[in-house]
Amino acid sequence: MEKRAKASSLLFSGSDWNFQTLSRTYDAIETVALDDLKLDVYPNQMEIISSEQMLDAYASIGMPLMYQHWSFGKHFIHEEHLYRKGRRGLAYELVINSNPCIVYLMEENTMALQALVTAHAAFGHNHFFKNNYLFQQWTDAGAILNYMEFAKTYIARCEERHGIAAVEQILDAAHALMDQAVFRYRRPPRLSSEKERDRIRERLEYEEQSFSDLWRTLPRRKESITPSEAEREAQERKKFLNLPEENLLYFLEKNSLILEPWQRELVRIVRIVAQYFYPQRQTKVMNEGCATFVHYTILNTLFDQGKVGEGTMLEVLQSHANVVFQPNFDDPRYSGLNPYALGFALMQDIERICMKPTSEDRDWFPDFAGNGDWRATLIDAWANHRDESFLRQYLSPALIRKFRLFVLADEPDDSHYKVASIHDERGYDKVRSAIANSYDVGANRPDIQVADVDLLGDRHLRLQHMVQNGVVLAEAGRQATLRHVRRLWGYNVSLAGVDAESGNQLYEVSADETAN
Amino acid sequence: MPNYIDRRLNPKDKSLSNRQRFLRRARDELKRIVNDQITSGKITDVDGDHAVPVPVRGTAEPSFQHAQGSGRRDHVLPGNKEFVTGDRLPKPSGQGGGGGAGKGPSGSGGDEDDFRFVLSREEFLDLFFEDLELPDLIKLNLKEVVSFKSRRAGYTIAGAPTNINVGRTMRNSFGRRIALRRPKLKELDSVSEELAKLEAKPQPGAAVRARIALLREDLAKLRRRRKLIGYVDPVDIRFNRFEPQPLPNAKAVMFCLMDVSGSMGEREKDLAKRFFVLLHLFLKRRYERIDIVFIRHTHEAQEVDEETFFYSTQSGGTVVSTALKEMQRVIEERYPSKEWNIYAAQASDGDNGYDDSDYCTMLLNSEVMRLCQYYAYVEIIDERESHIFGSTDNGTSLWRSYCKVGEKWPNFQMTRIAKPSDIYPVFRKLFAKQQASKGQ
Repeated sequence: MEKRAKASSLLFSGSDWNFQTLSRTYDAIETVALDDLKLDVYPNQMEIISSEQMLDAYASIGMPLMYQHWSFGKHFIHEEHLYRKGRRGLAYELVINSNPCIVYLMEENTMALQALVTAHAAFGHNHFFKNNYLFQQWTDAGAILNYMEFAKTYIARCEERHGIAAVEQILDAAHALMDQAVFRYRRPPRLSSEKERDRIRERLEYEEQSFSDLWRTLPRRKESITPSEAEREAQERKKFLNLPEENLLYFLEKNSLILEPWQRELVRIVRIVAQYFYPQRQTKVMNEGCATFVHYTILNTLFDQGKVGEGTMLEVLQSHANVVFQPNFDDPRYSGLNPYALGFALMQDIERICMKPTSEDRDWFPDFAGNGDWRATLIDAWANHRDESFLRQYLSPALIRKFRLFVLADEPDDSHYKVASIHDERGYDKVRSAIANSYDVGANRPDIQVADVDLLGDRHLRLQHMVQNGVVLAEAGRQATLRHVRRLWGYNVSLAGVDAESGNQLYEVSADETAN
Repeated sequence: MPNYIDRRLNPKDKSLSNRQRFLRRARDELKRIVNDQITSGKITDVDGDHAVPVPVRGTAEPSFQHAQGSGRRDHVLPGNKEFVTGDRLPKPSGQGGGGGAGKGPSGSGGDEDDFRFVLSREEFLDLFFEDLELPDLIKLNLKEVVSFKSRRAGYTIAGAPTNINVGRTMRNSFGRRIALRRPKLKELDSVSEELAKLEAKPQPGAAVRARIALLREDLAKLRRRRKLIGYVDPVDIRFNRFEPQPLPNAKAVMFCLMDVSGSMGEREKDLAKRFFVLLHLFLKRRYERIDIVFIRHTHEAQEVDEETFFYSTQSGGTVVSTALKEMQRVIEERYPSKEWNIYAAQASDGDNGYDDSDYCTMLLNSEVMRLCQYYAYVEIIDERESHIFGSTDNGTSLWRSYCKVGEKWPNFQMTRIAKPSDIYPVFRKLFAKQQASKGQ
């Protein structure tokens, strides 16, 4: 009798799943997530897909709707190749930051894995998307799916009207500048609603039909200008164009003189997509850490409640262990810090500090050490940080010791690395700030800005690369990318490298040089 | 309770069109790779999957990236075992430090171009045929000899006695007997039994006599009825019906004849090979099994394997007829023309002794053409010669002799080629003829 009661309290047994077990398990997970962990999530939309469809989803950068472009085909071929060779397993899960939150479940997964993915993606990632300040400011989860649908149909229409090659040219150029297509320091404009977009498009189409070259009235250049006047003019110009501008695509979309309205719209679409993914790049460790911590906690809770069997738990733990495995730097499998491992360890560490702090923890984290409420502490951390600030605040000496982190200083003209600091009393702070800096996306992307442009003269567009610590641009991509900028701008474009500290100009190249 | 949606039945291959766009983009380079593979591969392998390296040109996705190994950086690494602050480690050569494996949507590293991916058969053939300026292959049909095989096809009411279907026949007769109420033997027996009993009585009464008379009448009626309604009537008889079914001949053999004397260089051999490949592809669409026989000749001919055929050089004179004789020998030995569709493709630069050319004509006319479905001769000439000769019948001795053969046999095709795009017309001529003759 007792045995049967125990057996019937299991949510599922065996590895096969069906929709009944899925939704029963979902409900149990949801109860733990909302009542125990106090998570706050978007409604979920769970989609069952096959492994091929998972590959498809990858290739179009994980969007359920994506316009067509050859580069996605290339990525697909690449991913498929790795997968077939067995060099890379398929991700168990894919989740879309949208409202409702879309979670993909693969049909090949066992029931245990489906439970794991449900807890991980539908509650962990989902909570993070909804509550983290970056996502709240930068992305509009409610509008993204509609927007992508619009983008897809709009681009398909453009291809019909203007030919695939013409559309591809603009998209290629815009893709090349995706990294320089975000506002790092000011809040981006919201995605306009459907109606407004239609209005804008109608206006554009009207302009297209009614524009006539006859009405072009450009004042002639003055013959002689004194240097001071020139300076003043430049100042005015910059003010008028809002320079310097760090978001190259935004600048081109608004100010390029040769783009047709539909081309502007394409540039804008690419810019919006880039902006949408920007927060994800900045919160890789936190996002995965949060999701991994959530699935681990929820499944353990269910196991303790007797709702999940031991076999299931073993399988879950095995997958979990694979995901949070961090090889050492000298291991052939090493390819950088594993965000899952680091993130999960951080979350567990915070829980430990809240519940069982050591004296060291109390010194380092007076704010929350031993406060006994790890749930609120975590939820607060998840909401208000990105990787860089999170690591700077929460990486504890205990964790630095656990990972045995050390810092190598790398000087370009030195044949040796120098061990700058290790996991000891003197090194904790330095290790912590070094690792935080390495997760600062803003600092790790080339900082390229529009410095100046003379709209009335030769329309020469000047870009400026602020060189930090002497890290210059790779030459191969630099020239090709400049040519892409030129394609969108229509006139000559030059790029100057300026040392951020001294302000000296290191080099200047222009798109018209046939250097390669 | 969330919303579960089953997307498994959605159309697959969402990425297919992106893949095609990518291939279009990389077309030129892929074409070069494909041509290399054809030149170096086996004829029979053309029809399979081909792994090709990802083309680099035209598919790079540039972006502004920090140069590896420039500037001052700090790397944070896990798993320190023995280092203390201040240690110095030599830098490994050609490595810019422990960069994470970042893969953004526009990420494109050098590591993406060093893998191979598999072109599907269609994609590969598209690229291959592009040079050959082929029209749509679907429209084309090869002629072939069809043998017939009888196949059971229901029943008929007329036929040879050997083909009577007893079961069917008896079923019909049974039904008819029931319908026409043919008296059964049992009824007859019971009546005659009763009659016999009554007749055996010593002094039959009036009633008995009347009964006997009645019975006799019955018996006569029954017998008459039985006679009238036959046990098996011609109406019942069914014969097995046979239908001759055209049987496509599933086997074909393709003879590749080539002159390998010194006058055939790399270019000539490459053209010849393309021509053979094309023929093989056509045949492959029609036949389940294709054998290829390679016969090379100088002043003597021998059957060789593909490798030797294309890549080993032999020196000697040129006597074409030897190859034809060799082909005849192989046909007699292994490929009876009743069972095999025989195709022959001959490539040569046209060098031949004059008297031998006549001999070749004789051989073809009297023997070989009878056996062959199709005989194609390509003469490989210089680009410069191609507009001198044009389509005149003037040419090498072999060409002139073969012209006579061509007049006589509709399934003999010949052409001069100087570049890959010249190859296809050889086939087209033949198929155009086919369709014309079908129309009559």
